[in-house]
Amino acid sequence: MSSDANKSPSASQKTRFWHDPAKRAILFQSLLVIAVLGFVGMIVQNTLHNLESRGITTGFAFLSQEAGFGIIQSLIDYSESSSYGRTFFVGLLNTLLVSVLGIIAATLLGFIMGIARLSNNWLISKVASAYVEIFRNIPLLIQIFFWYFAVLRALPSPRQSLEPIENIFINVRGLYMPEPIYGDGFGWVVAAFFIAVVAVFFISRWSKKRQDETGQRFPMLWTAAGLIIGLPLLVYWVMGSPLTWEAPVLKGFNFRGGMTIIPELAALWVALTIYTAAFIAEIVRSGIEAVSHGQTEAASALGLNRGKVLRLVVVPQAVRVIIPPLTSQYLNLIKNSSLATAIGYPDLVSVFAGTTLNQTGQAIEVIFMTMLVYLTLSLLVSAFMNWFNTRMALVER
Amino acid sequence: MSDSAKVTDTLLPDLPPPANSTGVIGWMRMHLFSSPVNALLTLFTLYILYILLVPSISWALINADWVGDNRDACTSGGACWVFIYNRFDQFMYGFYPEMERWRIDLTFGMLAVLVIWLMVPNLPKKGLVSVLTLVVYPIIAYFLLYGGSFGLEVVETHKWGGMSLTLILAIVGIVAALPFGVLLALGRRSEMPIVKSFCVVYIEFWRGVPLITVLFMASVMLPLFLPGEVDFDKLLRAMIGIVMFQSAYMAEVVRGGLQAIPKGQYEAAQALGLNYWKMMGLIVLPQALKLMIPGIVNTFIALFKDTSLVLIIGLFDILAIVQAGLSDPNWLGFSVEGYTFVALMFWVFCYGMSKYSQHLEKRFHTGHGAR
Repeated sequence: MSSDANKSPSASQKTRFWHDPAKRAILFQSLLVIAVLGFVGMIVQNTLHNLESRGITTGFAFLSQEAGFGIIQSLIDYSESSSYGRTFFVGLLNTLLVSVLGIIAATLLGFIMGIARLSNNWLISKVASAYVEIFRNIPLLIQIFFWYFAVLRALPSPRQSLEPIENIFINVRGLYMPEPIYGDGFGWVVAAFFIAVVAVFFISRWSKKRQDETGQRFPMLWTAAGLIIGLPLLVYWVMGSPLTWEAPVLKGFNFRGGMTIIPELAALWVALTIYTAAFIAEIVRSGIEAVSHGQTEAASALGLNRGKVLRLVVVPQAVRVIIPPLTSQYLNLIKNSSLATAIGYPDLVSVFAGTTLNQTGQAIEVIFMTMLVYLTLSLLVSAFMNWFNTRMALVER
Repeated sequence: MSDSAKVTDTLLPDLPPPANSTGVIGWMRMHLFSSPVNALLTLFTLYILYILLVPSISWALINADWVGDNRDACTSGGACWVFIYNRFDQFMYGFYPEMERWRIDLTFGMLAVLVIWLMVPNLPKKGLVSVLTLVVYPIIAYFLLYGGSFGLEVVETHKWGGMSLTLILAIVGIVAALPFGVLLALGRRSEMPIVKSFCVVYIEFWRGVPLITVLFMASVMLPLFLPGEVDFDKLLRAMIGIVMFQSAYMAEVVRGGLQAIPKGQYEAAQALGLNYWKMMGLIVLPQALKLMIPGIVNTFIALFKDTSLVLIIGLFDILAIVQAGLSDPNWLGFSVEGYTFVALMFWVFCYGMSKYSQHLEKRFHTGHGAR
């Protein structure tokens, strides 16, 4: 005790607690928690009070009630007597459909345009850069409206349908195509396809191992193509062609039978593809430009030809730069597909946060579920891409 | 002795390069027809361009009608810009009373002067002008646009519309989101775990949902969150939604700027004995903000394009007002002209801003690395 008294007063005096970063941090964070909880509590209280005074019951019971409205496109069985819960899944599947279609098409177009911008052909690189500059600077909503109201509405009526290829009809009601009818034994063709894919997977592992050990190369590309295309074709022929096509037929004022792409889907798909591809093209271009010129020169000095330089040296390095921004473009595309509501394509926002919300008035539950879907999709896609990204990055030594 | 053995002590002049490797022909051989495949591609592209461009240009410019009072003026079969010409004022000002439109002009005129002052490199007193733009100007703009004092007539927000509303939404969104974005970014880089996790959750939540659902939420749910029967403005609700959404994106831009500041700057500031806020306010943020400007311009472009979504919750931005015009029975069937006009308006703004942001990136790139 006496030794304490000998210390200088400034050292013996405990540091004031607001000068101690650790304690100050605890104070700040407790204040923040109290403030956030208080804010949330106020909102919840207000909301409950407001809901009570408006006579709205909360809860998810409404999901099992009968919906009573029709939806123009559904991937699962749906009728007016289905429940509100089912409208959620119809909308979700339609969102996923247009997102997947859009991602595939936008990736293809984006890569073509991105590579075209780097072409040594002056005209082609200028056209590609004009494409990028025009379409990424015009809001997506305007592009959707343009395709839907200005282009697709100008198509002829069903009776004067365009028929560019036999049995494919284009008119103001949509694009009509023959529908495949799967006969007995078609399952075997599908099975053969999957067996071929699995076989290719194992053969490629074996050939890579053999090349690592002996240096002998195996014609993997041709084997894979032969197996994946050839095996299902062979089974198809053996089973006696179990696939027929049902063509759409004009009956009265409209086509019956066949598959239909409704104009809402077509407009949304085209607009999403063109808009997102402009951004992807920029990502691809900067990714390829990020691979230093020395890499290309070193590869040519080793005697690799132009195709191999691209395939073995440039692309693997560019992909690593391209993937993170590409992921966020895919996420943007999924989120942008919610603009469907502006032209009435029955996606999640249009069906569930639109019609269902208006009919039931359950704003909080509906918006909560809708936002949760997009959040989950975002997290899933970014988790997948992170996994892919680490896999690619591991190649580095 | 033959001529071939002639000895000269001066250099012979260089021969000119072969005629087919210079001038227009040489350029074309190199850039358009360097190989058979390239030649085919060039011809194919030219053909496609011919198919697309010739009809479009003759429709939009050569065969178009420009001036008139009604649709009867459109006789030449091309584009009918008369539609735009007649409604141009409405597309710009919305339903703002005609007598009061000078207020919008003045507001945006002042903004243009301030922004140009900030953009031109050699003008003095940038700091003062930025404070004017970010703090004083919004107050003046509010009183000018909404009115209600200084003898100005009140103009309710449901009369606002057109291009001016689009600009107001985008500018308010970006200016109001900036301080929130800075706070969120600082929070995300903070060492306090609870502060950090709150900020991460906030940012990732808003970045994960589409703007439409945010606007739906703002227009449907916000009234439920507030006490009593506060009936508040549709425009204000949309703005709150946009600011909450945008501040998450802004936070990521600010975070990028903060990460670009070398650790030595933080350490030097701490060694001088500056506390956290002084370190951030005097040393880190001034340097980081400069680096952030291109990113801020890019988010502004994205927000500017996204403002067109407010038509879904019933506000009359330029796209909504053109669409309303298209359903006017006197002007049915001019949707291509209408959408082309809106697209052109947006394109001019966005393209200009993206060029400016690229220019800034080049100017701020003061390092030695290859560009």
